[in-house]
Amino acid sequence: MSGHIVPQKTYFTIFAILIGLTVLTTWVASVHIEPPWNTWVALAIAVCKATLVILFFMHVKYTSNLTRIAVVAGFFWLAILLTLTLSDILTRTWIPPSTAWQTTTVVSPR
Amino acid sequence: MSEHQATSGVLDPLAHQFDDLEQQHEASYFGMWIFLATEIMFFGGMFAGYTIYRHEYFSAFEAGSRLLDWRFGAANTAVLICSSLTMALAVRAAQMGQRKALITFLLLTIVLGMAFLGIKFTFEWTRDWHEHIVPGINFAPQGETLKQLQDAKVALPHVELFMFFYFAMTGFHALHMIVGIGLLTVLTIMANQGRFSPQRFNPVEGSGLYWHFVDIVWIFLFPLLYLIGGTH
Repeated sequence: MSGHIVPQKTYFTIFAILIGLTVLTTWVASVHIEPPWNTWVALAIAVCKATLVILFFMHVKYTSNLTRIAVVAGFFWLAILLTLTLSDILTRTWIPPSTAWQTTTVVSPR
Repeated sequence: MSEHQATSGVLDPLAHQFDDLEQQHEASYFGMWIFLATEIMFFGGMFAGYTIYRHEYFSAFEAGSRLLDWRFGAANTAVLICSSLTMALAVRAAQMGQRKALITFLLLTIVLGMAFLGIKFTFEWTRDWHEHIVPGINFAPQGETLKQLQDAKVALPHVELFMFFYFAMTGFHALHMIVGIGLLTVLTIMANQGRFSPQRFNPVEGSGLYWHFVDIVWIFLFPLLYLIGGTH
């Protein structure tokens, strides 16, 4: 069983798109986009490139659903890591720290 | 059939624990993806750390990014994408049982991988050393570089932290490249001995998956390290 044999033309097409997207992301960096939006644009292009590599070069487009679950699970775990971490980091300043304790009369020990 | 081959001394493409070649292929491919999931978590931890400090020290990371030469990053991205193409073609050659083509594409991939490491170590990291932007051991920006950072009004320790992320992430990426080149060297020797066939090429495919994964890591590292400060 040799698996699905992908036509050579497909590989070259994907290669050309990947090089094109690399040129695009480099060009976009030379244009002024207000931060942090420049990072989001760069990440969007990177996600497109990674998806093409995964689907075609790594044959996920031609594989069974079982393997696809493993692939998705890997990235889903990464999403959990990033989301839960950021849910802490990004929300710390939402509620100002309490100052109530400062106003109460403190009885000094002894 | 397999019983006959096993006793006749010819290498049986089917290991005895599998029902058939399709199951064997599926298991190998699936297992490699499970390993890659752990690799996603390995690099994911560093990406998460990067994200936190990118948020905390926003402009320092942009200023740090401008200290790197994006042209090296872009050149290396192109080299890696080329190597991914030759790797994909190597797997295809193995699937079709073309031994000569398989060896040629494996060697091409090795050469491109070495070109990547060559650009990174000899040009890029040497330049970083001379610019005094290597964190921990040689971090003391001077002249133009220092002025650039002062104009951006960023704290030097925050820029140094960016450089830590840069060296840790590209360093671990380079380590993966070295491991990949080692794997491909073994594959080339095995291919030369005629150990692969359209029935059994799983090592080639598995190593290919690993190589493409390392490429994907770089696809994210390139913009996040070299381009966030803009190239204008």
